[in-house]
Amino acid sequence: MDNIQTTTRIVPDENGRFGAFGGKFIPETLMNAVTELEIAFEEARRDPAFVQELNGLLSEYAGRPTPLTYAERLTNAVGGAQIYLKREDLNHTGAHKLNNALGQALLAKRMGKKSIIAETGAGQHGVASATVAAKLGLSCKVFMGEEDIRRQSLNVFRMKLLGAEVIPAVSGSRTLKDATNEAIRHWVSHVDETFYVIGSVVGPHPYPYMVREFQKIIGEETRSQVLQMLRRLPDEVVACVGGGSNAIGMFYPFIQDESVALRGVEAAGKGIDTEKHAATLTLGRPGVIHGSLTYLLQDEGGQVQEAHSISAGLDYPGVGPEHAYLKDSGRVTYTSVTDAEALEAVQVLCQTEGIIPALESAHAIAEAIKRAKEMSSDKILVICLSGRGDKDVLTIQEALTAEGGE
Amino acid sequence: MATALNRIDQLFADRDRKRFIPFLTVGDPSIEATFHLVKAMVEAGADLIELGVPYSDPLADGPTIQRASERALKNGVTIRDALQLVKRLRESGMEASIVLFTYFNPVLQYGIERFFADLAAYGADGVVIPDLPIEENGPAVTSAKQHGIHVISLVAPTSSSRINTIGAQATGFLYCVSSLGVTGARADLREDLADFLERVKASTSVPTAVGFGISTPDQVRAVAPHTDGIIVGSAIVQQIEKHAEQLKDPKQMPEAVEKIKTFVHQLASALQ
Repeated sequence: MDNIQTTTRIVPDENGRFGAFGGKFIPETLMNAVTELEIAFEEARRDPAFVQELNGLLSEYAGRPTPLTYAERLTNAVGGAQIYLKREDLNHTGAHKLNNALGQALLAKRMGKKSIIAETGAGQHGVASATVAAKLGLSCKVFMGEEDIRRQSLNVFRMKLLGAEVIPAVSGSRTLKDATNEAIRHWVSHVDETFYVIGSVVGPHPYPYMVREFQKIIGEETRSQVLQMLRRLPDEVVACVGGGSNAIGMFYPFIQDESVALRGVEAAGKGIDTEKHAATLTLGRPGVIHGSLTYLLQDEGGQVQEAHSISAGLDYPGVGPEHAYLKDSGRVTYTSVTDAEALEAVQVLCQTEGIIPALESAHAIAEAIKRAKEMSSDKILVICLSGRGDKDVLTIQEALTAEGGE
Repeated sequence: MATALNRIDQLFADRDRKRFIPFLTVGDPSIEATFHLVKAMVEAGADLIELGVPYSDPLADGPTIQRASERALKNGVTIRDALQLVKRLRESGMEASIVLFTYFNPVLQYGIERFFADLAAYGADGVVIPDLPIEENGPAVTSAKQHGIHVISLVAPTSSSRINTIGAQATGFLYCVSSLGVTGARADLREDLADFLERVKASTSVPTAVGFGISTPDQVRAVAPHTDGIIVGSAIVQQIEKHAEQLKDPKQMPEAVEKIKTFVHQLASALQ
């Protein structure tokens, strides 16, 4: 929340458009609510008291700034670029999600709302929302796909322990997309008293913009940490992309640094030549999902298709509209990594650095390893390690056992 | 290109008569059933038919219409099938107004210009797109005007100061969302509904119709004085769901259609 963005902010425009993408494709019932939110956010962001309170929570409660770790043994094992890890896994609750949840919940309180609702895929945003609700004295309902509830039972218990109510979404594919539909339906019904804390850079304007503003602290810290440690900018920055909030948060402060290559990594699931993937930017077409025009996995008639990834947090058929814009503008390169490659990367990081990464983040690690191999040892590559993998240990165990048994 | 006067404008020319607007999802439980249900509803007193195009992510809809959408999608129903149905209804001599209810993405993928050209060519009169607020409807409205089709705007109790802007731009009729939330039958309507409807009326020169949550003849009677038309969706779709098995069986279909016709007639006659 400083003045970097006032000089570099190009998008979105006043209609919430990132080039052709973004906008507000939502029921009329919600239009006033998003307009009020837009005004409230603009006021809050310029209010020194709000910024100070948020920064205080980020440092004294969340534990920011998170460190930048030189991954020496990983670098040596790969034998290429010098690899650094931005440690969002060390943020309170174990992922970058808290940065945004704190910002939005503080805004909810400022707007006089007593309850917050949230959607969650892997459970990380749900846990972050439940956490901030407890900290700020708000009630909290978390919508979660039934399939994800099964995959992430530990996070479900965590949310309940934190005092939140977890509501299963039983429609459609019973994953993040459907949890988001249910959260929007609840919001439409309770719009006067409820603040919807969206967990990624998706949804109608101003969410993609607001979430970026709350997450860009990742890239701002990284940029100054690299400059301080190495007296130069990195050559490449890699982050995973589901909805894409850690990636936007990481990339945004580097957008004007043309020498820094930016690479977003989607989930290829069982492979982009199969139907089981979540590679929206790689294989999708522009369409509307959850209030925003963006790349979308859909059939010919415009029905939204189910995404697949071993990582619940990347299992989403849409993507933030700013990523759609950055793809089309060519500023960011988007690639994809399979379930198997991500699992392999988990093991590599565990054994070289003693860090269990979230399955989401493992996609960035897998891609970074491929990239680093092709780069010389005087190059610097930073990975956004968006979350820790404790929540995924059971999934990883199941997958590795199945693999070994084949 | 537009030639004749749009049927919706003709329908509401006489504002003394209240209009009844049933909603049903195309292809629930089959396209054949939808065809016969629509014909029966017109005989039962429906003035305008709202045909829902099924969608995978119907975020303005409650569980009843979500399930109808799922059933229709399992039958592979697309926007094209909805247009074909309109054509068939017109060929069968049906003159009642027809409005499609569809989310925006299927329209976008079909092609906005092509969609409105086909609506006109196949005999539809308007479209309701619940996730296309006035801020985003420019390209659709431009194409619609060229082809003499009405893009029906929605206005909600939360629209507050937006009511006047929406009312001023409205064409065809103005769809008033009676309650906060998604579509679905409700036991009670908002206490301030009459006030809201009167404010909407004052904001616009086009007729108004009320929907979302109206399910009984008593509710129809209570709301009627404040509006030109009443839309009933989920309550009718519930009846269709209840009789789905019979509707799918050609031998039993006429009896099931007759039952739903009676249900619609009770609602439609409560309006006069």
